[in-house]
Amino acid sequence: MISVGKTKQYANVLDKLLSRGRQEVSLSAFAFLFSEVVQYNQTQVDNIADLERRLEDAGYAVGARVLELLCHREKGNRRETQLLGILSFIHSTVWKVLFGKVADSLEKGTEHEDEYMISEKELLVNRFISVPKDMGAFNCGAFVAGIVRGVLDNAGFPAVVTAHFVPIEGQQRPRTTILIKFAEEV
Amino acid sequence: MASTACFVIVSKNDIPIYEAEVGSAPKKEDLAYHHQFILHAALDVVQDLAWTTNAMFLRSVDRFNDLVVSVYVTAGHTRFMLLHDSRSEDGIKSFFQEVHELYIKIFLNPLYLPGSRIASSHFDTKVRALARKYLYIRGIY
Repeated sequence: MISVGKTKQYANVLDKLLSRGRQEVSLSAFAFLFSEVVQYNQTQVDNIADLERRLEDAGYAVGARVLELLCHREKGNRRETQLLGILSFIHSTVWKVLFGKVADSLEKGTEHEDEYMISEKELLVNRFISVPKDMGAFNCGAFVAGIVRGVLDNAGFPAVVTAHFVPIEGQQRPRTTILIKFAEEV
Repeated sequence: MASTACFVIVSKNDIPIYEAEVGSAPKKEDLAYHHQFILHAALDVVQDLAWTTNAMFLRSVDRFNDLVVSVYVTAGHTRFMLLHDSRSEDGIKSFFQEVHELYIKIFLNPLYLPGSRIASSHFDTKVRALARKYLYIRGIY
């Protein structure tokens, strides 16, 4: 970390307050930034799987920091030790801070014991993105899947998290589901 | 008043990312290794204890002669461990909370790789200042 020279008030970020700051960030600013992130990664890789993995890794870093920060700000220094606890933490608190609302639903998968799903009608990161046909099943929600994986992994619940489109009749755009599959030891 | 205290931050993968001798006792080489050994031995106890409670501040988890190990676990399972010979719990708890805030600020840096050593000298200075503030001027040592 570089200690920057004399700024107006603080010499180093360590002296700054960890306050909430302004709650809202411009949506268009985020949309531009995210589209640039996707485009940059697109030029760096050759196939879709790598692109998804890079977005997911970016999200993982965000998730790790979000976990620490939110536990400190929102929950007054109490950690989560239960599986359901951490899932509902992600579903309400994390979603609210990142996207301004709680996630649409949190469900337990029926086929396997260790699968859970968080679904959202219109994922914020996907709002301004349309995927061309030749990219197949690529989903920019991989970024959000990465965030969730970052939170779970750092809290001690390793999991494989992926994002899928689920078509629903009666709606133009498919619903996006984040599928969480926990590792054995959880 | 001479007091020994050794403060270590251990990351989730059991790698120490920061250590500091914050005691006011005269420093002896072998004593430093001794402290680190005790702290590492206490890590196992902390692992089990961390899953039993919601709280972040676990009080003294281990004793060695007259030295006590106190531990504070963050949400990301980073452990702040303090080896000391004092008895004042409140001072230690406040110390941990302040260091936690500093740690979060470092952690938020997108250029900081989680699990790597904290190399900032500013951080070091602040931790030592906090140690002087919370761990000493309390009287009963």
